[in-house]
Amino acid sequence: MIDTAYLKQQAKFLRTETLKIHKAAPEVRVASSLSPIELFTALFYGGLLRYNPKDPRDENRDRLVISKGHGSICMYPLLADLGFFDKAELKRVCKSGSFLGGIPDPIIAGYETVNGSLGHGLGVACGMALALKTKNSNRKAVVLTGDGELNEGANWEAIMCAAQHKLDNLTLLVDYNKVSMLDFSKNIIDLNSLRAKFEAFNWQVYEIEDGHDVEAVYNTLKTALSDQQQQPKVVIAHTIKGKGVPFLETHPLSHILSVKEGDIDGLVEEINNAD
Amino acid sequence: MQTKAMRDVFLAALHQKMHEDENLFFVSADFGAPILDKIRADFSNRFINVGIAEQNLINVSVGLALEGFTVYAYAIAPFITMRCYEQIRVNIAILSQLRPMNINLIGVGAGVSYSLSGPTHHCLEDLSIMRTLPNLEVFSPSDYLLTEAYVERTIVQKSPKYLRFDAVPMQPILDLVENFDDGFRVLKAGSKTAIIATGYMSQKAQKVAVDFDVMVIDLYLLNAYDLKKLQTCLKNIETVITLEEGFKGVGGLDSEINSKLKNKQVINLGFEQKYTFEVGSREFVHERNGLGEQDLVKLLKAVA
Repeated sequence: MIDTAYLKQQAKFLRTETLKIHKAAPEVRVASSLSPIELFTALFYGGLLRYNPKDPRDENRDRLVISKGHGSICMYPLLADLGFFDKAELKRVCKSGSFLGGIPDPIIAGYETVNGSLGHGLGVACGMALALKTKNSNRKAVVLTGDGELNEGANWEAIMCAAQHKLDNLTLLVDYNKVSMLDFSKNIIDLNSLRAKFEAFNWQVYEIEDGHDVEAVYNTLKTALSDQQQQPKVVIAHTIKGKGVPFLETHPLSHILSVKEGDIDGLVEEINNAD
Repeated sequence: MQTKAMRDVFLAALHQKMHEDENLFFVSADFGAPILDKIRADFSNRFINVGIAEQNLINVSVGLALEGFTVYAYAIAPFITMRCYEQIRVNIAILSQLRPMNINLIGVGAGVSYSLSGPTHHCLEDLSIMRTLPNLEVFSPSDYLLTEAYVERTIVQKSPKYLRFDAVPMQPILDLVENFDDGFRVLKAGSKTAIIATGYMSQKAQKVAVDFDVMVIDLYLLNAYDLKKLQTCLKNIETVITLEEGFKGVGGLDSEINSKLKNKQVINLGFEQKYTFEVGSREFVHERNGLGEQDLVKLLKAVA
């Protein structure tokens, strides 16, 4: 059985560490980095993903493509904690000469693809999934996108391709936080029928009603990743952009907002004291 | 010598290589060729048609290449370069600087080789936009023997490449390919004036220069040629004429030569910056743009 208390603790750790990085480097996109935390927690600390910090390109790893790279600053403390790089580097995020920038790239051990431009990860992951099948590898390709990112047409080319070629070793995680850059997503391009869309495209769909309930996230990801059906899988995780920072959680412009430096210590304490 | 299309010769050679090398993977954006049917039939587990979806063509190819396959991505030239330029920039040019990948983008329909199909199929921008990307070799062959000679390089040189193939079957200019890695070849000697051309225009230059004391150089590795050797060849040349099936003065062959040969008089010939909607033969489209055979002969009379 998975230790839910441990996963909760690790999610708190990532959330508070992400806020601390934001305090020192306000340039990083904090709100969109707070919504996928439980997804990463379940994948890495829940043991759902195979990885090797000593050899980040180990042939035996699962391929995790983080397509919403800018919104994954929470990976920095996670990767450092797992030993992908020295923890001391976390103090240098966005400082001159640091490899930990505002938008992560594969210069960071643990990242597979170049980030910063949206809608690229899923198609590349399709190619990886196809390659793994051709090599008779049972390793998986897992992709994380946002929901605003799904406005990019290249995703839908990949979505059709993955189903056509039965890429059953491909799992897409949608961090469905419902806020894009300038407004709530529904006021820009409404994806409210996302499940129906994926079903129509012949994907196996899983949905997590509360993407911050780490036990539910773990259980659903585990089921999706072990699903043997000959289809690509998508896990739609309903999340909250800016989770853990009350004013961000409801703000349509949360993507571009920063948390005041003086507020961060209090927020960290609140998160640590919460259930 | 026989008349052959570059893609047919290249794909036939690749078909052979796919027998020997299990690492070769072919990806098409629903674009075919007779020999491609054989590749699909013989290597169904290393061939995929991603449909009319060039952005995904690039991305899927990148994923395969990151996993160690030598990948060939295949589509019509203007589409494989311009429909998916950002995929090429982000996932090939940028990413390949951090992660090795052997990916070969094959575009068929260089210049106005699809002359009847109008501006969407005329490919006059690709030389400049592909040349400006770091980490990407641009190969612009002038005949099928050069094209065939490049097959080995696509396997051995494990980095991204763009292959710009003509769509029209042609005869080879020379019977033998020598010193391929120089990236250029001298088709004809001359004393004071030289034409430096690429692709189909090298064929044309060779034809129009026949009665003139004009050197003809065919430059085919546009950003990977031996500059010192080229400069040595041009030692006694006073006037250089660049000739390309591409828009003039905006970053193609002419920009390359202008920036490298600063001590010579250089005349740049290419397409005016406008699209040609009137259909006709390739020569007709050239004439409409001041690049007809007679236009070139007239210029050589004045210069050489």
